[in-house]
Amino acid sequence: MDWLLQQLINGLALGSIYALIALGYTMVYGVLRFINFAHADVLMLGAYAAYFVAPAVSSVVPLPSLTGAILVSLISVIICAGIGILIEFLAYRPLRKRPRLTVLITAIGVSLFIEFTCQHSAVFGADTKPFPKLLPEHDFHLGKLVVSSNDLVVVVTTLLLLAGLWFIVQRTKMGTAMRAVSHNQQAAALMGININRIISFTFGLGSALAAIAGILYAMKAPGIDPLMGVQPGLRAFIAAVLGGIGNLPGAALGGLILGLLETFAGGISGLSNYRDGIAFGILILILLFKPAGLLGKATVEKV
Amino acid sequence: MSSSPAFLNGAKRWLLVGIVLAAVVSMFSGQFNRYHLGVIVDIGINIILAVSLNLINGHTGQFSLGHAGFMAVGGYTAAKISLVVSPMLPPALQPLLFLGALIAGGLLAALAGFGVGVPSLRLKGDYLAIVTLGFGEIIRVIVQNMEAVGAASGLKGIPKYTTLGWTFGLAAVTIYFVTSLVNSTYGRGFIAVSDDEVAASSMGINPVRYKVTAFVTGAFFAGIAGGLYAHHKQFLSPTGFDFLKSIDIVVMVILGGMGRTAGVVVAAILLTLLPEVLRQFSEYRMIIYSLLIIILMMARPQGLFTWNRKKGAA
Repeated sequence: MDWLLQQLINGLALGSIYALIALGYTMVYGVLRFINFAHADVLMLGAYAAYFVAPAVSSVVPLPSLTGAILVSLISVIICAGIGILIEFLAYRPLRKRPRLTVLITAIGVSLFIEFTCQHSAVFGADTKPFPKLLPEHDFHLGKLVVSSNDLVVVVTTLLLLAGLWFIVQRTKMGTAMRAVSHNQQAAALMGININRIISFTFGLGSALAAIAGILYAMKAPGIDPLMGVQPGLRAFIAAVLGGIGNLPGAALGGLILGLLETFAGGISGLSNYRDGIAFGILILILLFKPAGLLGKATVEKV
Repeated sequence: MSSSPAFLNGAKRWLLVGIVLAAVVSMFSGQFNRYHLGVIVDIGINIILAVSLNLINGHTGQFSLGHAGFMAVGGYTAAKISLVVSPMLPPALQPLLFLGALIAGGLLAALAGFGVGVPSLRLKGDYLAIVTLGFGEIIRVIVQNMEAVGAASGLKGIPKYTTLGWTFGLAAVTIYFVTSLVNSTYGRGFIAVSDDEVAASSMGINPVRYKVTAFVTGAFFAGIAGGLYAHHKQFLSPTGFDFLKSIDIVVMVILGGMGRTAGVVVAAILLTLLPEVLRQFSEYRMIIYSLLIIILMMARPQGLFTWNRKKGAA
């Protein structure tokens, strides 16, 4: 029982991070109908931005502290949002009218480009770097359960961001425009919506979420390296498809399922080596029965 | 080529040219330096991979990101068979064993292709791409944990059976088989499915059957290529069959122009040579490669070799 609860807690924390990343995949899919493979690398850049910003911030605000962590995250979010918008502007916008397959391959190219450039010794180098401590850490013991402060931070941050995202998408003019673009781009343009601005905004928003996910992931991971985004990116990408790509609640749900699945499979010896295989296997099974994902199509809430 | 004799027409010409060339060049292969020979064999293997993927991605219009998975199935199967059987056989029978191992690998890969083809009944576009990507990853994870094939540390000491003649002979067979399949009356269905599935099915073509056939055939030849690769490098490791390998093959198909066999062959040759040419800039090699993908997609998404655009002509 304790074991189950412990895995549940770990799984929730991991799943929250996956959910944040999956939201970025799904939002971009909503407006542009392609899978932005470079999203996982924006996550890595978010962690690196924090890595480089942290020393500068710590000269103003002492680290680890809450204000310091928020400041570092904010700067990293702004950097990543800029990078996301730039990627869209340089690589995807010229291909707007092209077949989606072309854009998909370009996205893979962009992803490889970022990964290999960052691995170059003149950029970040391929080695693992220790991630600075942004928040004071503490383990809470509830009976036999151990809840680390990092896990709590991850879950609370995710909940706040989800609420914020829901507000932006459902209650602001920008969000309404996003939904309109995802519903029907041409009609939205005829209604006077500036499509390019909305798409840039969507990329910025998705990349901002990726930056925070990157920082949260780096806080739990032993260190950061230029390929750190690949594994969580892949899981989140499965999560987004699992939930029904283009569907926001679906992405969050898919992320949680994947996180729980991974921790439970990882907790059972013998299964842990097959984690990735199991995740893909379940995805394929679900797609066989529900080709549009768990929450796809039926609930028309694409963004 | 209406003036050439009937036996030199169409795809048969390729088969003839390929096999003769392979046999002739193979006789001189002793004179090549080992490095050049290795690169040339790599080219042949990549031609088989690209032409077989072209059947799935180009002619049939599906999108598979898991070709390296099929290659892994074929490679590991063939390698395991020859590792187990070769000590028991006299040297004279070794080529026979090699052929048997290659075919066994191809058949098992074809079976895997059938397994992937079935989900494609219900899935399209991105979703299919993801399922095939997932399939490739599943194969890799299984191989990585299978002690019988060396798990993560890889399979070593595979006998060196792959020669120039084998590679290019089989490449010619692949090209011949795929082109004549697509150019046959039956094979027009592949192109019909890729052009418009609904229209095709209303004309009495069963898209499901064509898609599964494409996956099974493509996977078979990818498995053969895997077997050749295994007996060429004499070492297999699961990391050699990752996502990046699948992308490599996809890029060859796109560069060559989806569905144009001649273009795809040229692209396979160019893209195999490119990393060798860039070897002295090894630090920048992959950066240049990824930039090339992006530039290619922006400048010529229809492929570099799009002469004589005639829909359906392979």
